[in-house]
Amino acid sequence: MTTTEPVIPNYAAHSSSCVIHNHTFCLNWVRENWSSVLWPALRQHVLLTLAAVAIGFAISMALALAAHRYRRLERPTILVSTFLYTIPSLALFELLVAPVGPNVFSAEIALVSYTLLVLFRNILAGLRSVPQEVLDAAEGMGMSRTQALVRVELPLALPAIVAGLRIAVVTIIALATIVYTIYDAGLGVPIHTALGEGPFKTELIAAGGLTVALALLADGLLVSVQRLITPWARVRGA
Amino acid sequence: MFAQAAELELRSVSKRYAGQREPAIRELSLTVPAGEVCVLVGPSGSGKTTAMRLINRMIPLSGGDVLLGGRSVLEREPRELRREIGYVIQQIGLFPHLTVGENVATVPRLLRWPKARVAARVRELLQLIGLDPDEMAGRYPAQLSGGQRQRVGVARALAADPPLMLMDEPFGAIDPINRAHLQDEFLRLQATVNKTVVFVTHDIDEAIKMGDRIAILREGGVLAQYDTPTNILTHPADDFVAQFVGADRALKRLSLTTLADLQLIAPNGAPPQPAGERTVTRETTVHDALSMLLAAGGKPLAVTNGNGTVEGLVTLGLVEQLLSEDGAAGGSANGTPASPPEADGAIPRRPGASPAEADRARADGAGANPAGATAQDGLAHAPATRDGSPR
Repeated sequence: MTTTEPVIPNYAAHSSSCVIHNHTFCLNWVRENWSSVLWPALRQHVLLTLAAVAIGFAISMALALAAHRYRRLERPTILVSTFLYTIPSLALFELLVAPVGPNVFSAEIALVSYTLLVLFRNILAGLRSVPQEVLDAAEGMGMSRTQALVRVELPLALPAIVAGLRIAVVTIIALATIVYTIYDAGLGVPIHTALGEGPFKTELIAAGGLTVALALLADGLLVSVQRLITPWARVRGA
Repeated sequence: MFAQAAELELRSVSKRYAGQREPAIRELSLTVPAGEVCVLVGPSGSGKTTAMRLINRMIPLSGGDVLLGGRSVLEREPRELRREIGYVIQQIGLFPHLTVGENVATVPRLLRWPKARVAARVRELLQLIGLDPDEMAGRYPAQLSGGQRQRVGVARALAADPPLMLMDEPFGAIDPINRAHLQDEFLRLQATVNKTVVFVTHDIDEAIKMGDRIAILREGGVLAQYDTPTNILTHPADDFVAQFVGADRALKRLSLTTLADLQLIAPNGAPPQPAGERTVTRETTVHDALSMLLAAGGKPLAVTNGNGTVEGLVTLGLVEQLLSEDGAAGGSANGTPASPPEADGAIPRRPGASPAEADRARADGAGANPAGATAQDGLAHAPATRDGSPR
């Protein structure tokens, strides 16, 4: 292999020598392709993740509240969500294309189905972690079930709920990189392009790095939010 | 600040759980006059906690009725009823995610009091239980000691000035030293707030200390005896009660009386001893004085008042005399003035009972008098109601 042979076929008319020689990382290329390639992919990636986690959270919360009140709902819900969780992601994406079509909906259905298990289990575990004497006190002081849920159980379940959200968000950010197989969106698109070209190291590192950075940032954000909304969990005994 | 106390009446209350042959509570009837502390005590399986939870309908009644202030609790919406009944449990159940102030504000907020009124009430209550509102209101339960948590639990239960307080082994999880301290503190508090209190414990000593009246339950939720501590100790209704209160019930009775209640032997002018270990204060219980007398081989002790002036002597003979009076007719109730004349028979029978409490005992008269008229009343009827008891 000679160094004069360009690896990237005329990607941009004014490719730098760094790009032509496929060096490890060409800041130039990133700067030039940020607004046309990387930024749109990142934006789509964030939206895909947000939508999946938000929808998944809403469904899981409803299921967990139901299972919290009616215990017999727990086993079937766990069973179904575990089943969904174990389907290989690529297979699930492809399976959905036939009935739904190669669009954002099949992408979201697949992503949402991967959030259910972890969110449902964590919300339910959080609700069940509330000490019995606290519930007894709430009832004895005249709270209704809804008041006890809103004022006592849900706030006390917050640490477990946020822990579930952190896992779900990081999982979905990683999984969303293969949405490109059925729908042209997300950081999976530049990663796939880079791989297909030989691979083109700069684009691979830039898009992959953005995925990792996004996951770390989202996780850090959730940790900060949790610290903010659960001040009681930080205090230590006097 | 605390205006309300209501009479509580249990009328043939029973509880039978589905699928169980024996009822948990059987035909339980008792009346707690407004402002009195009624202690439910008994071995495990006697249904004392069940009985308590029937009152605020956390457990539904199977039969009978509960009247609070003359009104059946069955007519009330359970949540509304519970907001009118203070509730304290052994594990306290403070909300860990809320500050001390927010915990205390729970019921006032459920009752939708205006914000300013809630805030003022929280300050008032924290001061009442001896916690500085500025320092403590913003803390979380995890930052408090066990005793502080217990106090906050009591303040939270008192927040909406409930006419009745239910307390389920409130000091059960506290170490013995702090427990005694919290018990004394609660008695002082009760002298101020004058609530009708139903207090559950399995500890007969706690029952004797805390109760204006004690209801002793036996297994299967049957009421074995309901009377004042003095009467239960002097006239146990049957073998079960006698065994439950213990073979040392004569000694227990002595801890209900202080030296101030005795007619001391005159010191004969000259100070008999220099102040020191042979000297005790009027507030010492006869129980402790007896212990000191025995330790000193029976030599008399000098009793001083608040100023340190010797008021008289206490001897083994004097204690013996007290016990024989009790045995014969139930202590001072037979008309022997064993207490200072100005107390007109109202004996502050608790160690450390506050002046306010003694005042209350004098002022309230027969209905809510924890130590005076009620005790005498009970004693007056004692021979009639306890015919054939195995004393």
